[in-house]
Amino acid sequence: MTAPAKSSKLIKGATGDWEMVIGLEVHAQVTSNSKLFSGASTEFGGEPNAHVSLVDAAMPGMLPVINEECVRQAVRTGLGLKAQINLKSTFDRKNYFYPDLPQGYQISQFKSPVVGEGQVHVDLDDGESIAVGIERLHLEQDAGKSLHDQHPTMSYVDLNRSGVALMEIVSKPDIRSSEQARAYVTKLRSILRYLGTCDGDMEKGSLRADVNVSVRKPGAPLGTRCEIKNVNSIRFIGQAIEYEARRQIGILEDGGAIEQETRLFDPNKGETRSMRSKEEAHDYRYFPDPDLLPLEFTQSYVDQLKSALPELPDEKKARFISELGLTPYDASVLVNEQESADFYEAVLGALADRRRDGKLAANWVINELFGRLNKESKDIAASPVSAAQLGAIVDLIGTGTISGKIAKDLFEIVWTEGGDPRALVEARGMKQVTDLGAIEKAVDEIVAANPDKAAQAREKPALIGWFVGQVMKSSGGKANPQAVNDLLKSKLGF
Amino acid sequence: MTDLTSLTLAEARDGLAKKSFKAIELTDAHLAAVEQARSLNAFVLETPEQARAMAQDADARIAKGEGGPLNGIPLGIKDLFATKGVRTTACSKILGNFVPPYESTVTAQLWRDGAVMLGKLNNDEFAMGSSNETSCFGPVANPWRRNGSETKLVPGGSSGGSVAAVSAGLCLGATATDTGGSIRQPAAFTGIVGLKPTYGRCSRWGIVAFASSLDQAGPVAKTVRDTAILMRSMAGHDPKDTTSADIAVPDYEKAIGQSVKGMKIGIPKEYRLEGMPAEIEKLWQQGADWLKAAGAELVDISLPHTKYALPAYYIVAPAEASSNLARYDGVRYGLRVPGRAIGDMYENTRAEGFGPEVRRRIMIGTYVLSAGYYDAYYLRAQKVRTLIKKDFEDCFAQGVQAILTPATPSAAFGIGEKGQADPVEMYLNDIFTVTVNMAGLPGIAVPAGSDAQGLPLGLQLIGRPFEEETLFSLGEIMEQSAGRFTPPVKWW
Amino acid sequence: MSVDAATTRRIAHLARIAVKDSEVAHLQGEINAMLAFVEQLQEVNVEGVEPMTSVTPMAMKKRADVVTDGEIADAVLSNAPATEDHFFLVPKVVE
Repeated sequence: MTAPAKSSKLIKGATGDWEMVIGLEVHAQVTSNSKLFSGASTEFGGEPNAHVSLVDAAMPGMLPVINEECVRQAVRTGLGLKAQINLKSTFDRKNYFYPDLPQGYQISQFKSPVVGEGQVHVDLDDGESIAVGIERLHLEQDAGKSLHDQHPTMSYVDLNRSGVALMEIVSKPDIRSSEQARAYVTKLRSILRYLGTCDGDMEKGSLRADVNVSVRKPGAPLGTRCEIKNVNSIRFIGQAIEYEARRQIGILEDGGAIEQETRLFDPNKGETRSMRSKEEAHDYRYFPDPDLLPLEFTQSYVDQLKSALPELPDEKKARFISELGLTPYDASVLVNEQESADFYEAVLGALADRRRDGKLAANWVINELFGRLNKESKDIAASPVSAAQLGAIVDLIGTGTISGKIAKDLFEIVWTEGGDPRALVEARGMKQVTDLGAIEKAVDEIVAANPDKAAQAREKPALIGWFVGQVMKSSGGKANPQAVNDLLKSKLGF
Repeated sequence: MTDLTSLTLAEARDGLAKKSFKAIELTDAHLAAVEQARSLNAFVLETPEQARAMAQDADARIAKGEGGPLNGIPLGIKDLFATKGVRTTACSKILGNFVPPYESTVTAQLWRDGAVMLGKLNNDEFAMGSSNETSCFGPVANPWRRNGSETKLVPGGSSGGSVAAVSAGLCLGATATDTGGSIRQPAAFTGIVGLKPTYGRCSRWGIVAFASSLDQAGPVAKTVRDTAILMRSMAGHDPKDTTSADIAVPDYEKAIGQSVKGMKIGIPKEYRLEGMPAEIEKLWQQGADWLKAAGAELVDISLPHTKYALPAYYIVAPAEASSNLARYDGVRYGLRVPGRAIGDMYENTRAEGFGPEVRRRIMIGTYVLSAGYYDAYYLRAQKVRTLIKKDFEDCFAQGVQAILTPATPSAAFGIGEKGQADPVEMYLNDIFTVTVNMAGLPGIAVPAGSDAQGLPLGLQLIGRPFEEETLFSLGEIMEQSAGRFTPPVKWW
Repeated sequence: MSVDAATTRRIAHLARIAVKDSEVAHLQGEINAMLAFVEQLQEVNVEGVEPMTSVTPMAMKKRADVVTDGEIADAVLSNAPATEDHFFLVPKVVE
């Protein structure tokens, strides 16, 4: 039973509205040192055919032996997807011929995958949220790489990737727009990175998606789907869906029918095109791999893994909202990447009173820090302002030691010159003046010096702003603005 | 000077230890025998230089009082075992001149224990056959011939080269493999002993795979004792083989001479085939009498699903083979026949590289796994397999420790005589042996007598999982009763 | 159950074995002979019977996640019919 997505984005066609139905099969490379069934390295790059064992090269007589870490990572991922963990699963051979598939079959899981149904909660930009069902997750071998453009008549085959462990995460067809699809993959990637089960580096191919797209009139039965294979960026996933949906709508509105086929996305043209090698539908002749035994583990193994899981994005977001009073939007931004969340929590750690200043800290991290990092194309790891330093700045504001405006100046100093914020405040006399006597003195001076303006202000209270500015200026920006306001109001007689 | 090739492995071992002769002499004697026996076509590759070097190393070790249980013993290796730096072909054109950069676990253990490699032995292509007639190197001639006849006979298969070489005195033992009977049937056809161990007893790593859930490596030798000695070196857990059993390897030789008093031996009624030759029936009875005389208790048992083992085997084995042989595609090793594009290259290479029997089995295997047929064929055959195994388990649970059956439905037949019109005719050779692979049990074939034309006939003993020792003890009784190894009359 | 010529060709293609037109009929006959032989399995009552998943029952041993293999490109390529710069070379794959 699929949980229907809450919102749909309909496409207006010539014959009416059309609904997109999208399902994604995400292939995530398992973070591990060695491959799923061989002891060769999974390190990215490397000389061709260097990270290849005799097993990966499918020499005669070679046999697979499973990597315990890959099993662990798959189970942890399943737990992160709130999914059913199957204590017994089996490996099947998926048989087909291709030069980057040395065995002539891929060891995968067909009938009984290690992880069953689950769910991913996805917050959308417009504030809505959807639940995308997970059908299953299974372990399988990656294939090698063929290069077709190095030579006019020959293809080059490199088996370095052959045998690397992949988790195939299959969603239910609950997605209804390209935005939802992108948000889903973004969230999935975030969960995997939090868990440390996949680094989510799409450029290196650690994460890629096969996108299944079909269209239908709202309320109608599911249409024929096409599969767009190996889309390797979130942006391309969105583009591919937009193109493909419209392509299908175009055909249907012309009275044609959609042929179920496998397609590729061409990022240069922004189009999908049919893969030519489809003479016959693949008959993979799945059968249990007789070189392996069923994969079995105990409930206590699963329970132990569960108890050691890190706090995942959804839980962390909920905690930020309930314990620190952050807005859902701010909480989302912070938990999106574990590095951001970790940075924020380190900032909290530097505060004297996180309950009082948690929101302020969030504001500063999101708007000031991230804003500045983006502007200079830096990522968090390269931030010139550390969490401790930022925490100190926020703490100084929270205790009323400096004003918000002075804090921005302080931030700039720390960013460009470095230094301990508290020491800087002392050294440069940046402390907010809260001594009412001193402020009163400044107010009196300014009011006395500007009798006509004072008279105007008494008529038009909005003009008090000029006085505030003057007092602030005379105090070098250090006067407490609220105190200035209050005093001016009383001195000017309103 | 004793003809060193007429010794048994045990005698040679003892002779070397006593310094009655040197390892190099022993190897040279066998190399000479190999050269003289080329008309048998048992060896597909002779490795005399390597053999002499290994023998010299053995002598050096013996001089120092070092070395393992097979020090200096010259062996032949079935061409299904990867031997590092030495061509390994599975007797198929598709492996061309494949020279593995690795050694199979089983043979590595033989070299670890000091044995000497004389060369690679002929077999049916990819171990698919019961007569060694499908080899790309041509058939093997059985060193035995019918009385008064010069007709060349098959040695059985798939390990035809292994058994012919041992029987003809070309080596003191050989490695072989058994998927449906490929050790036991040819051992019976050539009057020697052959053991298929329990599935998982020996490692499959580095052995060209035919049917993964059925293949097992095993020893063939002149006597039961010799087979036990070899087995000890071949067996053992291998972490590189997931299906390998982590169970300690006993000193199998100690089982030789153990009493079989009180052992319950089952005689399965379903093995009494309609139209079975009287000679075979008589031999079977003879075997039972020998065991009874030694104190064993014979009981009639029933293994109701026996007749379904062969058809189930001819679904499971080809299915697994069709997948295991997909790697022979001309890309990374072996034969490559050019093609316009990759698809042509695959099809041309495999058409030229595989012989008709292999092609037949790949096709059947592909078909029974294909969409729409998997449930009706493969899945069903695997269920029947569970029933076959359960038949045995039920008997064992009743206290039966071993089962006595004929090994083959006939003696060796002429080269070219069977299977020409109907492939199934050849498959029936395995009727007594295939049940044992399907159930994963150990089975031994021991010479028990001869037929009217003087050809060897053997009997089979089937044991409980990992109870090879019982088979060696019982086999020894049979051997003592039937008479120890008789060499064939040398006609080559 | 038996196969026709078209199915025979399809199986040969699935198995990537070229079959000449002149060979099809013979191959078809061989396959059908085998299928006829295995037909008797349909007699067996397999209701409630589990297919065999491991011949010798045991728990599957797993490997520790350590790099113990690879970095043997020369050995891996040593038997290749065609290579260049440590790549395997094959006739062009049409995508």
